[in-house]
Amino acid sequence: MNVLLHQVLSGLATGGIYASVALALVMIYQATHLVNFAQGELAMFSTYISWSLIQAGMPYWAAFFITVALSFALGVLIERVIVQPVENAPILSVVIVFIGLLVIMNSLAGWIFSYTIKPFPSPFPTAPLFGNSYVSSHELGSIGITLVVLLLVFAFFRFTPLGLAMRAAAQNPVSSRLVGVRVGWMLALGWGLAAAIGSIAGMMVAPTVFLEPNMMAGILLYAFAAALLGGIDSPGGAVLGGFIVGVLENVVGSLLGTELKLTVALVLIVGVLVVKPSGLFGKVHITRV
Amino acid sequence: MATTSSTPNSARPALGRKQLFGLALLLVGGCVLPFLVSNYRVFQFTLVLVYAIALLGLNMLTGYNGQISLGHGAFYAIGAYVAAILMDKFGVPYWLTLPAAGAVCLVAGFLFGLPALRFEGLYLSLATFALGVAMPQILKYKGFEHWTGGVQGIVIIKPDPPEWLKVSQDQWLYFVALATLLILFLIGWNLLRGRIGRAMVAIRDQPIAAQAMGVNTAMVKSLTFGVSAMYTGIAGALGAIAIQFVAPDTFTVFLSITLVVGIVIGGLASISGAIWGALFIQFIPNVADQISKAAPWAIYGVFLIVFMYVMPSGVAGLIRILGGRLQRLRQR
Amino acid sequence: MAKILEVRGLHAQYGPTRVLHGIDFSVDEGGITTILGANGAGKTTTLRAVCGMVKTQGDISLGGARIEGKATESIVRLGVAHVPDGRGTFVNLSVEENLRLGAYTRSDKAEVAADFERMFGYFPRLKERFRQQAGLLSGGEQQMLAVSRALMLRPRLLLLDEPSFGLAPRIVQELFEIFRAINQQDRVSMLLVEQNAALALKLADTAYLLETGRVVISGTADAIRSDEAIRRSYLGY
Repeated sequence: MNVLLHQVLSGLATGGIYASVALALVMIYQATHLVNFAQGELAMFSTYISWSLIQAGMPYWAAFFITVALSFALGVLIERVIVQPVENAPILSVVIVFIGLLVIMNSLAGWIFSYTIKPFPSPFPTAPLFGNSYVSSHELGSIGITLVVLLLVFAFFRFTPLGLAMRAAAQNPVSSRLVGVRVGWMLALGWGLAAAIGSIAGMMVAPTVFLEPNMMAGILLYAFAAALLGGIDSPGGAVLGGFIVGVLENVVGSLLGTELKLTVALVLIVGVLVVKPSGLFGKVHITRV
Repeated sequence: MATTSSTPNSARPALGRKQLFGLALLLVGGCVLPFLVSNYRVFQFTLVLVYAIALLGLNMLTGYNGQISLGHGAFYAIGAYVAAILMDKFGVPYWLTLPAAGAVCLVAGFLFGLPALRFEGLYLSLATFALGVAMPQILKYKGFEHWTGGVQGIVIIKPDPPEWLKVSQDQWLYFVALATLLILFLIGWNLLRGRIGRAMVAIRDQPIAAQAMGVNTAMVKSLTFGVSAMYTGIAGALGAIAIQFVAPDTFTVFLSITLVVGIVIGGLASISGAIWGALFIQFIPNVADQISKAAPWAIYGVFLIVFMYVMPSGVAGLIRILGGRLQRLRQR
Repeated sequence: MAKILEVRGLHAQYGPTRVLHGIDFSVDEGGITTILGANGAGKTTTLRAVCGMVKTQGDISLGGARIEGKATESIVRLGVAHVPDGRGTFVNLSVEENLRLGAYTRSDKAEVAADFERMFGYFPRLKERFRQQAGLLSGGEQQMLAVSRALMLRPRLLLLDEPSFGLAPRIVQELFEIFRAINQQDRVSMLLVEQNAALALKLADTAYLLETGRVVISGTADAIRSDEAIRRSYLGY
């Protein structure tokens, strides 16, 4: 029972990471009907930026917030410069551009920061809260930060005019233009926000998995599975999917061993696509012939 | 892919007299090459042929049939391991491993293609991406270790040429690869010219119309997946024999991405493009490696993006466009 | 009479297909102009052209300033509100959110709040359904919502694309009375595209008749209404 509780809580911590990345994926999908394959590498690159700032002597939280801001800017830049020109290109072209982006970010990180594994600091104390044996302070802190971020994002979309405009632009770009929304910039903002969320996920997971250019590949896969499970066009679903996948991964991992974790993700992805492609909360799309 | 006049909309790669002549020249050149260069270069060119076979397979699926695969490295890996295990554990002669690898991958591809039928382009790319990422882990799995050799992989002994032929091992392997490429090229060319090829292209361009016209979309798509996996699997087997080694970490998702780079550079929906793409992915890393370990991938990434903007139909497409312009100039 | 909208030699095309072949028309400041014609005549395209939603050649002037070639968002910000055919409702958002989007480009919060009340004055049904999802509204209610959304912009010029389409006659009557009220009380100029010629001619001051992308008849609405020959051969009544 103790072990199960520990697995579940650990799973919630990683689940929060998956939920964040999944949310980023869904945000971009909702606006563009595209899956950003480079999301993981962007998050990884952001984490390296914060690592550099910390190495240069900056205190953790200063580096944290500056990284989030820089990641936002990077996301906006990438959308305007690289993604926007291929907006209307066939899907294959866009997928390839995203893969290109993935590869560039990955190799840039390796080139600038080398491939050696680096430790990444956690802002939370090493001693577990109240000396409990179920969840480390970092895991607890990670869940906390993830929840705060997710709540802020939801509040932004629900209650602010800009959030409303972004939702409108994603759902109905034509009508959005008719009320004066600059749809192009809404897309760029969406990318910026997604990149910012991804950077937070990266910084939360790096202390556990250690910082190296390939650290996000497996996480990205799980985020895909989470987004598909929750419904690729449902932000709430993606978040829920993330937590479910996190707990599932841990519990299954303790039964099957950790070596087949990626295979589990693969099975999950194929399984969801075969059984219920719209996921738990997504909309079923009926295409008119 | 752009449906401009530079991309073939029909599945009939035309072969005029000029092209046949060019092909014959290439063939002669290809046969003479191994005797003109060092053994190491022969080895590199063998790998070019191997990649060309793999790219042929992937192109059939993505270029002609419009199904995106970001995980074809997995089938390459399966083919490689089939060859390695057969040779190492069962003493099967190397040339038998090729059809064996092909058969296994045909089935594997077909089976993966079946559930993939319902996936649209984006979802298929997700699923195949997952396959590509998960493959090394599957290969390292302790339960299979007895067969796969785990993390360390399997070492293969290089085959000897027949006694009556006075060529080196590398040269012999080169000719085996060349012969395989030619056979597979001919089969592929015939396939694409015929009814199945037209069905494939129809499915790519207008899937609903194709279905309405009686094309058994499901069957064609799964078959295409299977055949494409078969080609890539045979390439994997040949590659393993050439390199004399298989290990899980050589078959990461980056291999799948390399193959995608190959068909993008070479030209989607183009058979000759396979050679251009193969040349690119074999030799660019060698050159770029000298700049830095990370450079080849950065170059790949930049090329991928730039080609999508500037040359969506790849090198083969560019040659076709230039060829067309040249012809028009001459007609004036 | 000052003109809020002046269009000269307007050509428009969708891809390679040319739909408008050099038409001229105008809308008076504070007036209502209607464009009539059969299906496929190019009426919707005309409205889209004014909004910058299709490729055009020719001159389009709003209040004296040229707007052809500008992006839709920019034209909207100059005070042009378009109620498109099909209404263009944000079906997954609430009525409230739809209306708020209408006021997206405005910064005068108090006035926006006052405008909500004005919309409820014209269309009480919207107040009842304020928090409901817009996609669940009836056809008539969605039309009211679409018009209200456009009015939340406090536009100088209101473009209406077949507002009577698919609505019960009684509702259409109410709607057109409200249009008249909006025009007279709030001094909103209107460009109305309609298939229902009788209704449109009763409301409008000026009328143009389009046939396959060309203006074949133009004049005051009264003149056209009283010309039996025109009514019979072109307008079918």
